[in-house]
This record gives sequence, structure tokens and C-alpha cells, in this order.
Amino acid sequence: MNNTIFTAETQSRRVFYKFFLISLCLCVSAVIFSFPVRAQIAVKGETIWTMAGEPIMNGVVLINNGKIEAVGTAAQVKIPANYRVISAKVVTPGLIDAHTVIGLNGYLNQPHDQMALDGSSPIQPELRAIDSYNAQETLVEWVRGYGITTIHTGHQPTALVPGQTMVAKTFGKNVDEATLIPSAMINVTLGESALAGQGRSPGTRAKQIAMLRAELIKAGNYKGEPRDLKQEMWKKVLNGEIRLLVTAHRAQDIMSALRLAKEFNLKIVLDGVSEAQIVLNEIKASGFPVIVHPTMFRAGGETDNLSMETAAKLKAAGITVALQSGYEGYVPKTRIVLFEAALAAKNGMSQRDALATITIDAAKILGLDNRIGSIAVGKDADLAMYDGDPFEYVTHCTGTIINGKVVSEVLR
Amino acid sequence: MKRYFCSFLVLISLFCSAFGQEKPTAFLNARIIPIIGQPIEQGILLVQNGKITAIGDARTVRLGSDVQIIDLKGKVIMPGLIDTHSHIGEGSGADGSAPIQPDVRILDSLNARSSSLQRAQTGGITTVNVMPGSGHLDSGQTLYIKLRDGANKVDDLLIYLSDGRYAGGIKFANGTNPIRPGGGNFPGTRAKSAALVREQFIKAQEYKAKITKAGDDKTKLPPRDLAMESLADVLDGKRVVHFHTHRHDDILTVLRLQKEFGFKVVLQHVSEAWKVADEIAKAKVPSSIIMIDAPGGKLETMDVSYVNGAALEKSGALVGFHTDDYITDSRHFLRSAGVAVRAGMSRDKALYGMTMAGAIMLDMQDRIGSLEAGKDADFIVLSGDPLSVYTHVEQTWVEGKSVFNRSNPLDYLTAVGGVGATNDKLVHLDCFDGYEGGQQ
Repeated sequence: MNNTIFTAETQSRRVFYKFFLISLCLCVSAVIFSFPVRAQIAVKGETIWTMAGEPIMNGVVLINNGKIEAVGTAAQVKIPANYRVISAKVVTPGLIDAHTVIGLNGYLNQPHDQMALDGSSPIQPELRAIDSYNAQETLVEWVRGYGITTIHTGHQPTALVPGQTMVAKTFGKNVDEATLIPSAMINVTLGESALAGQGRSPGTRAKQIAMLRAELIKAGNYKGEPRDLKQEMWKKVLNGEIRLLVTAHRAQDIMSALRLAKEFNLKIVLDGVSEAQIVLNEIKASGFPVIVHPTMFRAGGETDNLSMETAAKLKAAGITVALQSGYEGYVPKTRIVLFEAALAAKNGMSQRDALATITIDAAKILGLDNRIGSIAVGKDADLAMYDGDPFEYVTHCTGTIINGKVVSEVLR
Repeated sequence: MKRYFCSFLVLISLFCSAFGQEKPTAFLNARIIPIIGQPIEQGILLVQNGKITAIGDARTVRLGSDVQIIDLKGKVIMPGLIDTHSHIGEGSGADGSAPIQPDVRILDSLNARSSSLQRAQTGGITTVNVMPGSGHLDSGQTLYIKLRDGANKVDDLLIYLSDGRYAGGIKFANGTNPIRPGGGNFPGTRAKSAALVREQFIKAQEYKAKITKAGDDKTKLPPRDLAMESLADVLDGKRVVHFHTHRHDDILTVLRLQKEFGFKVVLQHVSEAWKVADEIAKAKVPSSIIMIDAPGGKLETMDVSYVNGAALEKSGALVGFHTDDYITDSRHFLRSAGVAVRAGMSRDKALYGMTMAGAIMLDMQDRIGSLEAGKDADFIVLSGDPLSVYTHVEQTWVEGKSVFNRSNPLDYLTAVGGVGATNDKLVHLDCFDGYEGGQQ
């Protein structure tokens, strides 16, 4: 910018100052806004778990305009001069929590921040998660600090059909900024935790399935007029446009889910599956993926047969498996899926497979593996950085990047 | 089947004769972390009659010819873990009739055969303070138990003190849990909670004074009052108060009560310890903390932090840990130390907190908490660094007896879970392999 030209010409002082001030403002704002928002970043990692091949030693990830621009060894990828350089011992893709309720449920556990269950009726597929999601919930910020960049969140598994799920990035001022998939799946819960009690339906397991069959048969005849929000959702289920996320812990509940899927030709994702080891072959034969209970989930009631090795056994059987933080009614109000994967790695899974349950395999189950879940050129620049093995208790998450933006730099 | 039974009897008699001779056992070649004293590489732990008789290495410990050798090359030995606050054993305490019930004993409700005790063994826990709940200002007497194997009744778990009593504390709570607005004689506010507790301790002081005044004249003794007897023990320092408390103001209330009545107290949970760590340290009161993976779940714990351990350590306060099982699973207890170190606690103090600090809090520092000659042979064998996620508890020993061995299939099932893991198993079920009802 050559201001002297303007002064040399017969421009008035006033015009000059005006122009100068505008340029100054532009420069300052460019510095302020471009740096954190649209920064070009180079992340150097002693180990980079790309989850798209073998880990890269002494690697570099270049981030430009919210996307991954390049990834490779330091020898292969030259860092341009204007890139902000961040170094970490270990770099992983941004972690994915394949099933949670945070954002709908908040950390205070008070009526005003518990939105994952409306108890008025057992079947409510029309309840959209986005209409309850609080992008600024403390628990969302909390998990972000551990490297979790995407969550599949929704209604809690304590009613037969409590509502829908959604997929969101753990960053964004509001639900619109955060949301990746506004209506991802419909929660269905089978077994003891979805019994209504007090003489209301469903009062038994058989009644749960009878009620679901009745809904699906009714929706088969639905022609779209007059509009009915429930029927619209069931119709989408029947058309294969939206999947059911079926939480089932007992072996007989898992079998019921598979029977229902077969009868109506449904696409489902199995969830929880504490007794998966009993019906491993049947799950495998169904071809459905599984979002398995947290490794540290408490055994008791319908989960009394769960195992710290469930994830490992599913993986070994060749089933696509993701881990979840799940639903917690009390303390802790949420689990950290990173820690649950760590315990899976302790209990029969390889480090890589355990990491896959919270990155690429979770992305596959959510149908988002073209955008997230691994470090590859063109994918969203979502990264987590650690000062050691991410699974070790004593390691810290040193930073989280979402859409190319450093969204957390606290040591956690 | 008779044949099996006979061979079983032979095995039993062999076992008994071996035991009767009280042969010493030497655990060799492990890295030993004794907690008191420096870690020992290629260590020797010598055990006899349920006690540690020597600890050191080949230069300092001489082995007799009759010693049984257990080679633990590549393993790590440390003291058995002490869980200072747990609800395993399905126990219960006070009922809904009153907010303060010092007469009620969890002893009278504990299920010694509960599989929850076996799960705790797999987590490396050897001594537990089992407590009644926190819905009362005082929900009754707690019990310190050893997780001995094959327990059939609560008596098999007790720890007897030199005066013949069994060891235990008493549970108190403040904050919102005991508050029941409109709940009859239960408090409606924090100030009322404190007033009700003070009232009872003042009564106990008067009860004690009457006993002192009666001296040897039994006719002048006050009528026996079970609640007052229990609180008098507290005032005499014979029964430690385990005080459930979360918020910083509630913590300070406990310190105020402690100062007024002089009882021995352990702060339990202490979710906001990091806000008043200096005050806690100055009062010389120990804290038993819990590692919870997210803040909240209830209003009082919205500011709970992993940093409590580090903050208390920095202030110079004594820090121990607890599971609060069922809040966290006893099988993951060792994780507490790792997470505390993540948040800035020193490795040494974190491991001290899992063991010796707990022993001090239960007033049993002379018997448990470290590996020293003369102490109970309560220890665990680990596959590696106690603070690593990949490390497994492989063996748990209580008073010189193996109570958990990960290589045993039934023990393994209890440790990792699976079909049948939480069924209360027959004690020594594995001894009866081949038994078919009525055919023996």
C-alpha cells in the first residue's frame, strides 16, 4: 500500500487520514481474526496416529482453511513460513464419542438441564435432539478438553423410544454451528431400563416389541396426510432413511432387536450389548455395527454380565465396533470416551483397535468417515494432541483442534 | 465320584499339614515398593504366619532351607490397597426414623458372601472401610474389614483390636444429602444440620461425665444408651468420624465441629478441597478423595476436581483415596493414583495415598499400609508400574494368603466380568470340580 501517492496527489488530509484509518483497521482486524479463526497451522507430532495407515514417526500435519492440507513425515511435508507451528508428542484424529447424552443432559443434574428424557409417553420418535441441544453446556467443553471433537448425542436409554439423536462437533456458539447431522438415528431401548412400571405400558419385554411392531405396521400404511410427526419418522425408518440405535443389554433383548430388524428390513445399530459374548455369532451374522457399553460401565441388573473385554471380543469376531461414554444418571455425569478406550486397550484390544473405536470406526458407524475419524488430506482438521501415550492415566491432552481452529489449549 | 472326594480329602490334609508347619514363604525378584522406605529392585519379601518377617534383597535377607520360594521376576509388589470409603457388601445403616443414629451398626447387615467383595479383591484392595449411606447426619457405625478369602459370615472379615473390640468408625454427613425439607425430624438447612449434631455431642459429653463421676460406684452409672456409648467412643478418640462433605463451606463446618468436640475425623469426598486446602492442612485433618471423571451429577459436586490430591499435597495435608463403590468400581481403584498424578500429585504421595495414608485414617498404621517387618502380609503383585493403565493386578494376598490370582479362571472372570461374574459363587467352588449332586 503506497499512501504517499495519495499525499503527493492533491488529496486532502482528511481523505488521507480516512484511508489510513481504514487500512489500519483492516490490518488489525486481519491480524486478530485470521490468526485464531482461519489460521494455517502445522502440527508436528513425534507419533501421528493417522488411523489411515501405519502411525507416522516425526510427522507433520498441515491445516489450511479448516481442512487437512497435507500429512506425512517431516522430510515429506515442508512447513510454509507463515504457518503457526504446534508440537506434540502424540497426535491423533479428533476423538469421536459414538453415543452420549451430553448437551441434552447437563452437568448440574437439575430439572432445568436434564433434557434427554420426556416421560409423558414411551414412544416419541418425533423428539429432535437439536431442539434440546445446548452447545455451551459445561460437559461439552469438558470432553473437548480431552480431545473429543465429535459427539453422537441424543435421548437417554430409559424409555422405549425416547427420541432422536444428532451428531455435533464439540465446538460452536450454538446448535447450528455445531451440528453435523441434525437427525442421525432414533433411540430405541429394550429391556429392564425401558419398562414403564406402575401398570403402564410397556410393562414387559414382549410388550415392548409388540408396541414397536404396531408402530411400524401402522407407519407402513401412512400416506403422508394428514401430517403426523411420529408416522413421518417411522416411515423414514421403514424406508431406510434413518437407522434405529437399539440399546439392548441382555442376550434376549439383542435377539429381539435382530428379529425386529429382520421382520421390517430395518437398518439398526446395536448399542450397549453387555451380553454380546453369548450371541456373538448372531450379531456377526446380522452385519450390524455395535456401539459397545463403556469399558468401566457398572455391572448390575441387566448389565451384570458385562465384561471389560466385550469390545475386544466383538472386534475379534470381525464386527465393526465403537465405544461410547453412554448415559449416566448421577456421578460422574459423563464418562470420557478416551478413558473407556484406554481400559479397552488394557483388556484385550490392541492400542490401534482401541483408538479406532473412538476415531475411524466410530466415524464409519456414524456414516461420517468421509469427513472425520482419520488424518487424511481433505478431511476436517480435527486433531487431538497429547504429551504421551493418550491412553496412559498420567498423560495429558495438550490441545484440541476443530475445523482447523485451536479450541482447547488447557492441559487436561 | 467317591474317588474325587477322596483325592479332595487328601489334598485338604496335605494343605493343612503344610499350613500347620507355618513354613516361611519368600517372594523373590520383584521390584518392591514398600511405601515406607525406598523401592527395592530384585527384592525379597519374607512372609510367615500372616506377617511380614523380613523385607530387603539378597544382601540383607537370609533365607532358611525350609523356605518356600515364589519367583516374581518382572513383577511389582506393593502393599494391599486401602479403600477408605466403600459400599461393597450390600450393607445398610440407619433407617428413616431419625437423622442421627449412632447406635446402628453396618456390621448387622453385611453380606460377607457378596460378590462385590471378590471384585474388590481383584482390584488389589485388602482393607475396606464399609460405610452406611449419606442420607443422614449420622447413619451409623462403619466397619473396617479385611478381604480375606472364603468369608462366609461377617465375623470372618473383622479386624480385632488389642482391647478386643473390632475395628470401625462412624459415618457423618453434611450438605444436601441429609437435608430433607419437610422431612419430620430431619434438618431443613445446613445450620440446623450443625445444630443437631452439636446437640448430640453435648449430650454425649454429659453422658461421659456421668460415667466418670460414677467412678467405681456402679449404682451411679447412667442407664446404658447405645447411641451415647457410640458417641462417647468418638469423643474418646476410639472411633474415627468419617464425614461426608462436598462444598467448601461444609468442609469448614466439619473443621469447626472437630475443633469444638476434638474428635478424630476423616473428610470424605471433599469435592471442593482445592478451595480450602490450606485450612484443611492447618487443622491437621486428613482427606479421603475420589477421582470422578466429570464435574457435577449433583449441585454440590459441580466444582469437584482431579486437582484435589495435588492441592492438598501442596498444602501439606494427608491425602487418601476411596472408591465409594458403587460410584466407582473397586476393580479400577488403582486408577485413582494415576489420575491424581495426571493432575499434579507426586507419584510417591499418590501411592502413599492408596496405602499408608488409608491405614493412618483407619487408625491401623501399625498393622497395614506399608511393607515392613512385623506388619500384616497384605500385598499385591502387579504386572508393571502401578500408575500405568496397562498394568494388571495379578495377585492379591491378605495376611499371607492368596485371595486373588488372575491366572485362576474363576478369579479372572471376576476381574474382567462376563457371564456369571457377579453371581455370588460358592466359596471354594473350584475345589469341588467334578461334584455332581448326590453321587459323591
